[in-house]
Amino acid sequence: MTITQVGSPSRGRRHSVALRAGALLVGMHVFVGLLTLVWLPYDPNAFTGGRLEGASLQHMVGTDRLGRDLFTQLMIGSRIALQVGTGAVAVGAFIGVTLGILAAFASKWLDDALAATLDILIAFPTLLIAMLVVAASDQASLWSAILALGIALSAIVARLTRILAKRVLVMDYITAARTSGSSWPKIVFIHVLPNIWPTLSVNFALQFGLAVIAEASLSYLGLGAPPPNASWGRILQEAQGTVYTAPLGAIAPGIALVSLAIGVNLLADGLRERVDDRLGDR
Amino acid sequence: MLATARNLIILAYTIRRTLILFASLFIAAAVLFVLLRLLPGDPANALLGVGATSEQIEAARAQVGSDQPLHVQFVYFIGSLARLDLGTSFVSRASVLEEIANRMSVTLPLTLLGFFLAIALAVPLGIVSAVRAQSWYGGAISVVSQLGIAIPVFWVGILLVTLFSINLRWFPSGGFPLRGWSDFSEAARGMVLPALTIGLVMGASLLRYVRASTLDVLGSDYLRTARALGSSFPEALVRHGLRNGAVPVISILGIELATTFLGAVVIERVFNLPGLGSMLLLAIQQRDYPNVQGVLFVSTLLVLLIGFAADIAQRLVDPRLRRTSVQA
Repeated sequence: MTITQVGSPSRGRRHSVALRAGALLVGMHVFVGLLTLVWLPYDPNAFTGGRLEGASLQHMVGTDRLGRDLFTQLMIGSRIALQVGTGAVAVGAFIGVTLGILAAFASKWLDDALAATLDILIAFPTLLIAMLVVAASDQASLWSAILALGIALSAIVARLTRILAKRVLVMDYITAARTSGSSWPKIVFIHVLPNIWPTLSVNFALQFGLAVIAEASLSYLGLGAPPPNASWGRILQEAQGTVYTAPLGAIAPGIALVSLAIGVNLLADGLRERVDDRLGDR
Repeated sequence: MLATARNLIILAYTIRRTLILFASLFIAAAVLFVLLRLLPGDPANALLGVGATSEQIEAARAQVGSDQPLHVQFVYFIGSLARLDLGTSFVSRASVLEEIANRMSVTLPLTLLGFFLAIALAVPLGIVSAVRAQSWYGGAISVVSQLGIAIPVFWVGILLVTLFSINLRWFPSGGFPLRGWSDFSEAARGMVLPALTIGLVMGASLLRYVRASTLDVLGSDYLRTARALGSSFPEALVRHGLRNGAVPVISILGIELATTFLGAVVIERVFNLPGLGSMLLLAIQQRDYPNVQGVLFVSTLLVLLIGFAADIAQRLVDPRLRRTSVQA
């Protein structure tokens, strides 16, 4: 039983609504994100309309307080969100799963030390680490945000992996595998990882959403990547002040952000259901 | 007899975990020390205006202690933390500890209100949505929780302000009375929307874990066995399911509480509340190192205590973890 068997074609058809809806939403953002690399409706920094215009054919979600096209900025926001989410989860999953498995297998002493270190890393969560990175580097960049968020997420992933793995490790079949001479990498990849994968993958999707949201929060606090990186968080922060006159500016970026986060979560749920089906088959 | 053995194991674990707690605190202090030294510039600069003479710079460094070698600074640093002496702010010259205590009167009630609201929403709704997964409301709860978890907390805040402050005018859009909790009704009114914001967002993410955990329990063999032996469904769920389902949820609870406490930074910004988070944000902007250090140390201390409590609680609930902690 390995991860590659997740997408079993015979089963899961009746469950695939979540999977399809998720793939559609995420795919839309991926398409838009890639599109921004080659084409944009307007120059994101040009004052192409009146200030705080409402929706029109020229400006689908209106303009900001300087008269820049908001839809263009939202499109760039898609790309930034995807970059941050993918980067942060990759960093977080790699460090987190490795540490969590090591802790679960380690001697009591090492396990305690790792658990304590994880507690400390969690004590400096996502936003605080990122805030400090921003404070430390006078100029915040997208990469510092990704690294900071990834490291912060890794502690949460590691803690969960450790707890889940320890629950698996007390099972009889692990004892049986050990007695029959299985090496510990074999036990990890054959027994532990497949068993904890469903919960972990749901968690990764959550972490992706959290990373996107955390980046938006940083930008909202004024600590995000600087212009011309039009992060959804920064657009929201600017729009909060003008929510009376231009409510659309405070709503549209939020919808963009939520649609991506929901898409990822749906995707994960669809996968989880497939995995559960698969496990149920045996 | 059995109960005594159980208590001894828990006690031994608690003692061991307490030692770990103190070791963690020490490591955390070291991490903090290193992190703060990574911040740009000499902390003494914050005391000085532009164009300070070299004598003034030396004097400032002596006052801050940054003229000492690093290991001396570290010993001094640990010593003052152990005495809970967090120093005085560079900017306001006020005692950092007093300022933190002051700000806690906003952040702590806000976090706890949001947390309990979240539990009150998540546990019953999570169980119902799992048990009644096939019905329309079970599905609806699940869908709404998907929505809830994908919404950034500050946007929920902005939307709630738009609805309850601007349109309905029920609650203030932000701020906190200058006299604090002595102006109780104003303070309480100021807490409603921020706490509701936290409760909704955190409740939604918690609900997912409660639901997943309950689904695991529902598919378990021991529940089927209990049913086969004649237990009614609610009886089997409460007697056998609750404990098993609670184990993963407790560990998530600890993490969520810690995250909420530290996530208050954003909420406080949305609602313009004078809490710990806005103190940290301001201190970072002003390069007010004693304040940054103080807030980070106190929040780390609280988060470590939460993790400690969650671990002990897990051992109390799940005997299997007690055994592994001895064997592994």
